[in-house]
Amino acid sequence: MTNKNKHNCENENACQRLCCTKIENFSVSVGKTQILKDVNIHIHCGELTALIGANGAGKSTLLKAILGEIAHTGSLKYFDAKGARSGHPCIGYVPQYLNFDLSTPTSVLDLFMASLTNLPCWLMSSQTIRTRVTQSLEKVKAQHLIDRRLGALSGGELQRILLALALDPIPDLLLLDEPVSGIDQSGLELFYDIVSELREKFDLSIILVSHDLALVEKYADRVVLLNGQVICTGTPEQVFADERTRKTFGMPLNKQTACSQMASGEERLEL
Amino acid sequence: MLDSWYGLVSMLLPFQWADHTFMKNALLAVLLATPLFGILSTMVVSSRMAFFSDSLGHGAFTGIAIGMLVGGLSPLWGILLFSVAFAVLITLIKHKSKTAPDTIIGVFASTAVALGLVIMSSGGGFNKFSSYLIGDLLSIAPLEIIMLLNVFIGVILLWLLIFNKLLIISINPALAASRGINTLLIEILFSSALAIVVAMTIQWVGLLIINSLLVLPAAAARNITGNVRQYHCASVCFAVFSGITGLILSYYLNTATGPTIVLVASLLFFVTFSLRSRFIR
Repeated sequence: MTNKNKHNCENENACQRLCCTKIENFSVSVGKTQILKDVNIHIHCGELTALIGANGAGKSTLLKAILGEIAHTGSLKYFDAKGARSGHPCIGYVPQYLNFDLSTPTSVLDLFMASLTNLPCWLMSSQTIRTRVTQSLEKVKAQHLIDRRLGALSGGELQRILLALALDPIPDLLLLDEPVSGIDQSGLELFYDIVSELREKFDLSIILVSHDLALVEKYADRVVLLNGQVICTGTPEQVFADERTRKTFGMPLNKQTACSQMASGEERLEL
Repeated sequence: MLDSWYGLVSMLLPFQWADHTFMKNALLAVLLATPLFGILSTMVVSSRMAFFSDSLGHGAFTGIAIGMLVGGLSPLWGILLFSVAFAVLITLIKHKSKTAPDTIIGVFASTAVALGLVIMSSGGGFNKFSSYLIGDLLSIAPLEIIMLLNVFIGVILLWLLIFNKLLIISINPALAASRGINTLLIEILFSSALAIVVAMTIQWVGLLIINSLLVLPAAAARNITGNVRQYHCASVCFAVFSGITGLILSYYLNTATGPTIVLVASLLFFVTFSLRSRFIR
């Protein structure tokens, strides 16, 4: 399972061109309000794409649409490196832990066992599962937390555990929904260091919804500014230099349009 | 089958209260029903469904009235069918609509209980239904115990199949959906199981207090447990202990059995609540 999506070709460049996830013409309407309109995003394996935008710009809605939790039009396609497999990607999701019910008497092991197996975790435990969970947790340096109650974890610890869960099995596309608050700076940096490391190791495609522009600048390969539709997209430098980004986040303006506007297919031509 | 149970009780429990056949029946019913309450209550509490399970009692109450009105089928089948339909309907609407769940449940529960009261009071004959308000555990009949046994087996099987998924849904529905869990189906199965257990037991426990048995065991267990197995184990133990203690106490104190059981369970809650800091870091 672990090596499923690892690309094995000599030519790095060829893989970047082939193993990818395409979000095509995503539109979401709730009632009469259109929340997202014609969103096109093209993600290469091994790349971290950050979604930024003001509150209500539709970032979380886009994640929910990708997860299939809310109705949308448009399609989501995955192509693996050799062109051998394409279709709907296997998605790993790290939700905002702030929405979790943490008073529940559930241990980290229970959470994994319930997610990964059909063995009723209220009745039994098994050494095989325990070993597998320990291996999963080692990926995020959290193996010592296996018997901890969810409610007794710090925000950063829980975030890492949810990451480990999203990585078992290794997904084609990893969605990270970063909480607005509740994790200290060192916890956040540890989290993103682990994400970067795993991204290289497993050649993961990652979409990150983030509110911390400094971290986006440091870790993202590409940035998408969203406001109901894709306003602009490019490298962090390009997007952060753009007037519209600076306006959205209240940064000092320096009149220029640095990033490409990914309207109707031009981005795909370029790729 | 019941005869061997009577023999067993006479042999093991040479006490005055265990002499009567109705007490032997009631004891068997308690031993079958309380573990179910213990198991189901874990997820009622974890999924914050206390209000929902309360409304199931109201649904079952209306089911009784409709069962009587329609006739033909035995009242128990009327209760069962109506309760399950009621539970499935609420779950569906809760899932599809954006209205707050407590509002939806409130609307349905009041409609159901009002409908039940109107049907029961028509012709001025409400008194014969008042026993359903507090229930009568000692009136349980052998045939009903056999049915309860079937429900017991069914719920345990269901729990083996769906508990893992239910746990993930209760922790975070979006996480559950991302792992390919059909949240609506699992919730419907769970609420139907709840509805069946409530419908089966409401005539012995009573509308007024049935919900406490679906809340108290797990609420007490949460105070002192840290993982799912401990949670289930404690919840079932508390439920069975309150059931048996309440049954025996009610015999000697000459009180209604259901409420006595609930009082024992709430006592357990307060004791564990005061001890929680010793168990949970």
